[in-house]
Amino acid sequence: MKTIFLISLSSLARHIHIWLEELIGNPNGVYITEMTIVGISLIVFLVVLCFFLGYAERKVAAFMQIRLGPNRVGPKGSLQIIADTVKLLFKEGLTPTAADKFLFHLAPLIMVITAMLALAPIAFAKDFQIFDISIGVLYVASVSSMAVIGILMAGWSSYNKYSLLGAMRSGAQIVSYELSVGLSLISIVILTGSLRMSDIVMSQSDGWWLFKGHIPILISFVIFIIASTAEINRAPFDLTEAESELTGGFHTEYSGMKFAMFLLSEYINLFIVSAIAATLFLGGWMPLHFGHWEGFNHVMDYIPSSIWFLGKTFIIIFIIMWFRWTFPRLRVDQLLNLEWKYLLPISMVNILVVTLMAIMGWHF
Amino acid sequence: MSANTILFYILATIIIGGAIMAVTSLKIFRAAIYLLFSLIGIAGLYFWLNYEFLAAVQIVVYVGGIVVLIIFSIFLTHGSGEDMTAPKLSRSIFGAIAAACGFSLTICIINQHHFFVSTAKAIEPSVQNIGRQMLSTTAHGYVLPFEVISILLLAAMIGAIVIAIKIKPKA
Repeated sequence: MKTIFLISLSSLARHIHIWLEELIGNPNGVYITEMTIVGISLIVFLVVLCFFLGYAERKVAAFMQIRLGPNRVGPKGSLQIIADTVKLLFKEGLTPTAADKFLFHLAPLIMVITAMLALAPIAFAKDFQIFDISIGVLYVASVSSMAVIGILMAGWSSYNKYSLLGAMRSGAQIVSYELSVGLSLISIVILTGSLRMSDIVMSQSDGWWLFKGHIPILISFVIFIIASTAEINRAPFDLTEAESELTGGFHTEYSGMKFAMFLLSEYINLFIVSAIAATLFLGGWMPLHFGHWEGFNHVMDYIPSSIWFLGKTFIIIFIIMWFRWTFPRLRVDQLLNLEWKYLLPISMVNILVVTLMAIMGWHF
Repeated sequence: MSANTILFYILATIIIGGAIMAVTSLKIFRAAIYLLFSLIGIAGLYFWLNYEFLAAVQIVVYVGGIVVLIIFSIFLTHGSGEDMTAPKLSRSIFGAIAAACGFSLTICIINQHHFFVSTAKAIEPSVQNIGRQMLSTTAHGYVLPFEVISILLLAAMIGAIVIAIKIKPKA
């Protein structure tokens, strides 16, 4: 088992750190070099991730609708997304004449920056994390609440009534669904007693919260998945870009790479939401263990922690993609009713039950 | 100059620059966005001071809440896309005088105040410590203000519901 862990991501990071210390010597220089390496590898990871998610989304859609999906470019159409990116790169970036130019160019940047900031405290593998900030969960919640500003900015600066309507809808939607997301995150924080991501993962070393927390945690998991699907504006909550009513919602006027940045931020947000759900409810990088099945647990330990984390994340991404082709789009009044009349009261009562459970020690 | 000082000046530039742009911009939506930069800069200052909890709360309350509310009210304002007319000269002069008075008052108070370096060990501003302090009933606890603010918020919430509620006319 020792040899396996030697080639883990955390040991790779440690070796790079030691090597840089020998090479540069000056601690500030090492720090800046490491930050640059982290930044570049994060961007590369996100671009590869978005290629993969873009391909996966089309293939899942095709699978749900019993058709083939992309199948011309590359083996099984796997290079289709690269062809699309090249197309977007060469497309002319149009700016409407009446648009507020400065804000029009700033909005996609704000979307991507907020999405990337929220990735910082996520634990990708055992001891492999960009920034283990002490307020991990609160940090993610607060940073992702800035995304709505980018959407409002894009909708307003396009000088187009459809964009503005899409932005208004999205603002109302994100602000209201944020509450349910926050409350379901708090239920795990109550049980763990810490906001730090590494503490939350470590508290699940003897079982994932989804199993340990009985029915209340199951309820908050379901609420989290529903509310966060709404928060990232994905179907069936995609009223902000409902193409039959609003052409393209807040990004109607965007084209070329600026449009690609909205797409990028959407996929990063999808990944973040799934990663948070995997970390809080499904144990993050913790392998699946069953009470006394020694042999089974031992085999599970051999699977690297990064595979566990990414596997759980992609299962949740698949579920969210599944939603898209299962449920019809909600109307605005249905959307607000669902949050304010059902999800919010349920999660408030649920919080009380979880608190009682934590005080009485009823969880495993 | 250490990296710490450089970071401080970058943050200060963002805060003050954002504030000045917010006041001088003629487009009302842009003014709200500059205000947003200023508020994010203050959150950055809290991060710089290692007050992570306060920084996150600053972003949740001001960026996610108040600025979004401001933007919504701008959207509902008539003619929010046009440039505002520049203020009259007399107004600008009086505004500048008021700002100068406030600035000099602040400077005077800062100069007269004797800052002393505390030798007591710094308390870690962790969420656990903040929570205990907030709910403790001992000498330095904040349970009374905390409860008073809760009641204020509850009253505001009930007030909002009463204003928004639709009472069906009796047939």
